[in-house]
Amino acid sequence: MSHSTKGARGIGAHSTNEKIARGLGWFSIGLGIAELFATRPLTRAIGLEGKETIVRAYGAREIATGVAILMSHDPTPWIWGRVGGDALDLATLATGLEGNAGRRTNLGLAMAAVTGVTMLDLAVARGLTAEKSLADEPVADYSDRTGFPRGIEASRGAARDLDVPADFRIPGPLRPYGT
Amino acid sequence: MKALVWRGTQDIRCETVPDPEIEDARDVVIKVTSCAICGSDLHLYDHFMPGMKSGDIMGHETMGEVVEVGSAAKSKLKVGDRIVVPFTIICGECDQCRRGNFSVCERSNRNKPLGDAAFGHTTAGLFGYTHLTGGYAGGQAEYLREPFSDATHIKVPQGIDDDKLLFLTDIFPTGWQAAVQCDIQPTDTVVNWGCGPVGQMAIRSAILLGAKRVIAIDRVPERLAMAEAGGAEVINYDEEPNIVARLNDMTDGKGPEKCIDSVGLEAHATGAVDAIYDRVQQATLMATDRIHVLRQMIMVCRPAGVLSIPGVYGGIADKFPIGALMNKGLTVRTGQTHVNRWTDDLLRRIEEGQIDPSFVITHTVGLEDGPEMYKTFRDKQDGCIKVVIKP
Repeated sequence: MSHSTKGARGIGAHSTNEKIARGLGWFSIGLGIAELFATRPLTRAIGLEGKETIVRAYGAREIATGVAILMSHDPTPWIWGRVGGDALDLATLATGLEGNAGRRTNLGLAMAAVTGVTMLDLAVARGLTAEKSLADEPVADYSDRTGFPRGIEASRGAARDLDVPADFRIPGPLRPYGT
Repeated sequence: MKALVWRGTQDIRCETVPDPEIEDARDVVIKVTSCAICGSDLHLYDHFMPGMKSGDIMGHETMGEVVEVGSAAKSKLKVGDRIVVPFTIICGECDQCRRGNFSVCERSNRNKPLGDAAFGHTTAGLFGYTHLTGGYAGGQAEYLREPFSDATHIKVPQGIDDDKLLFLTDIFPTGWQAAVQCDIQPTDTVVNWGCGPVGQMAIRSAILLGAKRVIAIDRVPERLAMAEAGGAEVINYDEEPNIVARLNDMTDGKGPEKCIDSVGLEAHATGAVDAIYDRVQQATLMATDRIHVLRQMIMVCRPAGVLSIPGVYGGIADKFPIGALMNKGLTVRTGQTHVNRWTDDLLRRIEEGQIDPSFVITHTVGLEDGPEMYKTFRDKQDGCIKVVIKP
């Protein structure tokens, strides 16, 4: 393979962060389905009875975010969206800490799991953002690639000799006056 | 022989396939010396264009040497001839071909009923570009069978590098036609959206045709730098989200006279509401094409101006501002390129040194590296703007 540019980099499909992001996309969809369709067992297990509507809404959010991550060429904003969602999840779980002595263990485990996923989301989001900022820097200098062996100024209008075919001319009434 | 074969969404492989043979008296077989990956191949790679089947050979930018000639092609071609293969297959005899409307040849699409169903009336057969346009094997391969070869070829002289001639297949005449159909006047400001290979050619063509000013829009730094090198003023839409306002500012509030869409159906979401809406529509199969660029062009173009659309669209789109288009009296010029209509003139301009289209090549690889380069090109990694493959 001969390249006229420097080595590969960017936010392409090969980046580890992007591969993990895709995994997080599938995880989002799976979690979202559980939150939408197994709402009651879930809220009962962690002592959040009465908050089923919120959990279902979070499920819909998870599915939408997961689909967006999998569909997008650049999942970075959606992974940052997951970080925000994680914060919401933790805040909601924290509301169950009061007066739920019997299920504190389950709740604690859930909060620990969400905290772990949050850290992963944060790391991937930071990684993708760093790769993106690298990719925004030019990796090659094409400033001499004019395409005009005689230079731009000598080439400007060099093809005005072209007899534009009649069917390619713009309609007469739409031409500027005097042309 | 070895060829790049489509196996599914984002799955292109270098495989061994049967060598092509003469199937019709008008065929030739060529040994491919150079071919290229086109931006429109990426629509197949991402599977936004329907009509691909597993096993289809990719590629419609190909040139090479004739190695076998069908009996009915012998009056025009012989073994050893060096030819560039236009991406549109033309019979040269039908009513449209006689008018020079080669990209809508009535006879070269062997799957005409599919073409009729998709577009109302069939368009020309294309190499390596879905079964809607004939399901012909493409030229990202060691050999290519060329149907209707007595009409579908551009004979080129020895002594000029492949790299200077290869783009007569598609992107150079496509960029050229995009500019010609603007009917550029010396007072015109021409704006080109998308600085991929076709956009780069459209920019140079607009300069050659004498536009007063050319403005180019993209977000990839290398592409903007190459556009600037070709004489364009550039706008990075990541830094300037309100493109319409910026273009109006640059044209004393009047808008540009001529607008070229070198982007097509995969316009990137920029955070604009309509771009996100397009993305959702596409993801939920409510629309096939994302038309963010077309909306901007219609809104910003000066009344009575021209919209030129070389960018490929494949199906249907939503929220099309027909009101602005109609009331401003805009002229819309579009279509696949009538390659053979322009190539004699463009070959002369290359030979005379007016332009050297090889400026756009950033990567040259062998066939076995082709699948990897699809990814690199699609993701705009490594400064990739144009990939040439030497089988």
